[in-house]
Amino acid sequence: MSELVLQAHGLGKAFRRYRRELDRVAGWFGAPIAPAEERWVLRDISFAVEAGQSIGIVGRNGAGKSTLLKMIAGTMRPNAGTVSLSGRVAAILELGMGFNPELTGRQNVYHSGGMMGLQRSEISGLMDWIAGFAELGDHFDQPLRIYSSGMQMRLAFAVATAMRPDVLIIDEALAVGDSYFQHKSMERIRSFREQGTALILVSHDKASVQSLCDRALLLDEGRLALDGTPESVLDYYNALLARKEGEAIETHMLDDGRIQTISGSRQAQVERIALLDAAGRPVDTVGVNAPVTLRVEVLVHEDIPRLVLGFSIKSRLGQTIFGTNSHFLGKPLDNVRKGERATFEVGLPAAFVPGSYSVSTALVSGESHIEQSYEWRDLALMFSVVNVGEPPFDGISYLPVDLRVKRG
Amino acid sequence: MNGLLKGAWRYRHFITSSIATEFRLRVARSRLGILWIVIAPLMQVAIFAFVLSAIMSHRLPGIDNRFAYSIYLMAGFVAWFPFIEIVNRCVTVFIENANAMKKIAFPRIVLPLICIGSASVNNLIFFAMVMIAYVLIGHAPGMTILWYPVLFLVTAALAAGLGIVLGVLNVFMRDVQQMVAILLQFGFWMTPIVYMVEIIPEPWREWLKLNPLYWVVENHHRVLAYGQAPDAVSMIGLTVLAAMLVMLGLFLFRRASAEMVDAL
Repeated sequence: MSELVLQAHGLGKAFRRYRRELDRVAGWFGAPIAPAEERWVLRDISFAVEAGQSIGIVGRNGAGKSTLLKMIAGTMRPNAGTVSLSGRVAAILELGMGFNPELTGRQNVYHSGGMMGLQRSEISGLMDWIAGFAELGDHFDQPLRIYSSGMQMRLAFAVATAMRPDVLIIDEALAVGDSYFQHKSMERIRSFREQGTALILVSHDKASVQSLCDRALLLDEGRLALDGTPESVLDYYNALLARKEGEAIETHMLDDGRIQTISGSRQAQVERIALLDAAGRPVDTVGVNAPVTLRVEVLVHEDIPRLVLGFSIKSRLGQTIFGTNSHFLGKPLDNVRKGERATFEVGLPAAFVPGSYSVSTALVSGESHIEQSYEWRDLALMFSVVNVGEPPFDGISYLPVDLRVKRG
Repeated sequence: MNGLLKGAWRYRHFITSSIATEFRLRVARSRLGILWIVIAPLMQVAIFAFVLSAIMSHRLPGIDNRFAYSIYLMAGFVAWFPFIEIVNRCVTVFIENANAMKKIAFPRIVLPLICIGSASVNNLIFFAMVMIAYVLIGHAPGMTILWYPVLFLVTAALAAGLGIVLGVLNVFMRDVQQMVAILLQFGFWMTPIVYMVEIIPEPWREWLKLNPLYWVVENHHRVLAYGQAPDAVSMIGLTVLAAMLVMLGLFLFRRASAEMVDAL
């Protein structure tokens, strides 16, 4: 086990309200006055991060993600528990904090770098790199107000990450910006990780959690609901988003150690699911681009107005490679009776990169699982793809190609 | 308390460069640039020295000069301006920097320090203008001018202590900044700056002396207008008061800093 760079132990944050603000002041002088209201937004959060590990924090709005980051970054103090950090910590809670439009790029770098605790001489030493990363050219010595927003963002990111921190904390800041900026900043973050920087990332973007993080924390109602692989945490988070009052979320540990999440009202249920080859035989390994059929048998437990089957095929990291549903495909079932069975067969080519895949199914009433979810089942089926007859290729999916070469 | 000092020391370059930045921003995109920093106090002094003296050319007891009233007035303002500038800026400094305090971890004590520093520089420029005016109107300062740094330090410390106390309270009770605006107006007229204390009827005069600023301004009068050393007793009293206010300010700041970000 490598060295721990961050340890949060029993962290809690409460916002206190007093009957009168003077009571609060009296409290500073030691008067024993209890606050009129103590609202705990986070409670009992404990986790540890190793050097080089990257952690994504997910959760609904108001779950306490930003508060947690602020406590780790040190701008907010916990009311309970402790955070201990080792090494240099850099936090990007908002890009371009402390920038002033009237100052030049260079002056802004000195100012905001200074605010982050860098010494002037350190900033001077990093200046060339910052100017290069931000790609400002002649604009560097002109006022910030004439910069494009892309330039401002690159400059802000460059200042914040000019020196490799041991712990890098990022709050949604990278969701803004054009795709060029996003690629550039991701590249920088990846190179930090390779050099041993631990990353803590809050994001609403599941794809960035999946691609950047090797672990995820789910916060729900101020508590740490789950700490695990991004795949299992995001599956559970999805279920949480769709959960209605009184519904249970089940999780099972599968044989390979992965965690399956099942949620929904259970008014309908996937009974059997299989992947069939061209001859109709169930298989668990298919060749690249082979025609296959996904067969799903559903049992309905209660009368429901409408039944839609959705499915998504996910890569090993949990990224959805392809997904759709029977509503989009024009075949929703209306007025389904209690006890009825339905069989869905989806034919598709296995146009995937060799690797292992999982299928998630959703039985819902409309086009998304937020409307009314009867059953949401992650890791409902696993299969592998191998390349048997196709020429070697690279990427995230297979495309049938036709090469024509003319010589001379 | 040690932590506060360490943080401020670690950020000393940031404090000085922020003060420079403030001045730079004040004159950004103006043609005359840095000249404006001097022109504004220069005009103020010119009004005090020449315009007011033309209207009110009374000779004041103790100052043998046609510009006696101007000299008196400028000495009073040399005391008053830095005081109110420091108090006013400290009162709102945490609120104005709310976002930075929430998003960046840095020693918060640098915020009031930057305000105090920039107000000090600003008022030293004003002081320099006043000195030039004094020379021009034939009131060249004597050796007692060497007392001025002491006066300034005590004044700035009083203002800083009071300002930090009020600034911390203002985060939680925004009424403070409204009250401060009114009280400073009131304080201006309760202090002999534009009038001489002799015009106040005897029984009321003693009441004015309860106002610490009375002593601040009177000592400035002694040093700058009358060419005397400051009054020792009142200087000691003011120093003790300033030290107490600074301690109280830092105490409140330390106690409140955990909750400040929550309330902003």
